Amino acid sequence: MSAQSGRAFVYGDGINTDMLAPGIYMKHPIATIAEHCLESVDPDFARNVKAGDVVVAGQGFGIGSSREQAAEALKHLGVAAVLARSYGGIFYRNALNFGLPVLVCADVGQIGMGDLISVDAATGAVHNKTRGVALAASPLPQFLLDMIADGGLVPHLEKRFAAQRAAAGA
Amino acid sequence: MAMTLAEKIVARAAGRERVTPGEIVTCAVDLAMIHDSGGPRRVAPILKRFGVGLWDPSKVVLISDHYVPAGDDETRRIGEVTRQFAAENKLGGFYDSEGICHVVLPERGHLKPGMFVVGGDSHSPTGGAFGAYMFGIGATEMAGVLATGEIWLSVPETIEIEWRGKFGPCVVAKDVMLFLCGQLGMEGGRTQAVHFRGEAIGALPMQERMTLSNMTAELGGQTGLCDPDETTAAFIRAAGAEPGDIAQWQSDADAAPSEHHRFDASALSPQVAAPHSPANAAPVADHGRVKIDVAHIGACTGAKLVDLRMAASVLKGRKVDPGVSLLVAPASRRDQEAAANEGTLQILVDAGATLLPNACGMCAGYNGTLAENVTCISSIARNFKGRMGTASANIYLGSPYTVAASAVRGRICDPREMLS
Repeated sequence: MSAQSGRAFVYGDGINTDMLAPGIYMKHPIATIAEHCLESVDPDFARNVKAGDVVVAGQGFGIGSSREQAAEALKHLGVAAVLARSYGGIFYRNALNFGLPVLVCADVGQIGMGDLISVDAATGAVHNKTRGVALAASPLPQFLLDMIADGGLVPHLEKRFAAQRAAAGA
Repeated sequence: MAMTLAEKIVARAAGRERVTPGEIVTCAVDLAMIHDSGGPRRVAPILKRFGVGLWDPSKVVLISDHYVPAGDDETRRIGEVTRQFAAENKLGGFYDSEGICHVVLPERGHLKPGMFVVGGDSHSPTGGAFGAYMFGIGATEMAGVLATGEIWLSVPETIEIEWRGKFGPCVVAKDVMLFLCGQLGMEGGRTQAVHFRGEAIGALPMQERMTLSNMTAELGGQTGLCDPDETTAAFIRAAGAEPGDIAQWQSDADAAPSEHHRFDASALSPQVAAPHSPANAAPVADHGRVKIDVAHIGACTGAKLVDLRMAASVLKGRKVDPGVSLLVAPASRRDQEAAANEGTLQILVDAGATLLPNACGMCAGYNGTLAENVTCISSIARNFKGRMGTASANIYLGSPYTVAASAVRGRICDPREMLS
């Protein structure tokens, strides 16, 4: 998987699922939920974020609910990766299932709002191009990289079921 | 080699003799619980893409509790999709508007010690109270489970939290969990297995243990186990099921947890968490006498029969302060019926409580919300900004005792001032 490059959107600790996917919008399609993603923290986030950008945060990113729209909204807005000191356990799995690389990175303090950064999920290499510094994140294990490379859990399992059908038919 | 309860369950589900914390295993799922929000409306389209049905419909339980009752066209449609899914599949159980999934699942005898269970909701650790390894996952991952019957897991470490001695009056499981969130933080559980032990835990009834396990979600654990015992077995039998071999599902005496925390139950006082995090917990007196507009007793965390009884013991012969709305949403229809039959419900109503549907309701901010700028004290699990649907609301968390006492005073109040 090649490195992703984009602008950093930097937030603090405890960015929870009620901020990422507010409950009152949960009955609506993902496009609507995504418009309100992080609005209680940064009202302009959904409008400003572009495909390839990276969300950077502190401790406990995605703590709270199992609602996977918290991860799906970021994916829908084109976020290419998330870097945080730590994650809520369910959010972490949800993000990977949507093919969104979420990396544990202790060096997030060296990334400022709007910095241009690149992230390589396979090696954990993070490059802050604006500041010219190389940072490190924990790389993801191979079986999760394979799932992300397929586009997430659904296409990954689609491949598996198609292979099973082909084998059964052969 | 000695194993913890969590390791024993995971090893069995993974078809292994032993497992080591940190290794990745694939586990066979014994039961999958889904609800109306993350369930059929999200998993059915994915199963269609896969071109497969449910791996084993008898191991799937569906419970409608989030969009109950339906309030508009979108939520009515969600209800229809949910009922249609139940009609098309011979599920192990379908409970529509019978109460909140985490309470209904064990109430109907679906859980027993040693099971490996996934739930499509973050409060799924509640099942850990029965000595089952139960944890929450998202809807896409659930679709994968429903199609394959399997899920990957990083074998958890065990974090033991021991409570010695005896809890004092008006000090309950909710206070334990708020205290632990304050002490260890919302990531104290590190997505590992939290295991509640000690004589103070063993003395708790099942629904109180469920509150401990339930709020393991706020403590950041993947599940929250309690040791299965005669209390567990009796609850399961009363639910019409067989508890199985309780003795088999115990940690080995020489098993080594990765962390061990020990607390003195008698030293704990009623706790309240200030906005906007359960980790902002402190003894109730530390918050000052904050004036409240709404007192809310609801959710899987805080409106089971045992919780309604706590509130009633405070409210008996008292009236809610005229400036406060006391809202009570009993967690299941059966618990509400039991509360009605024994007189508990009448005490709440006589004190001035307004009853809400047996559903998640305001807790998830999905159905019914707090008004702007109100200050609320609630028995729910989580007080994140906007949690109850309104970002300007200030939500304090406390036990049903503390919520009820605060409703009477009109201010946040130590329930021991009224019951001692």
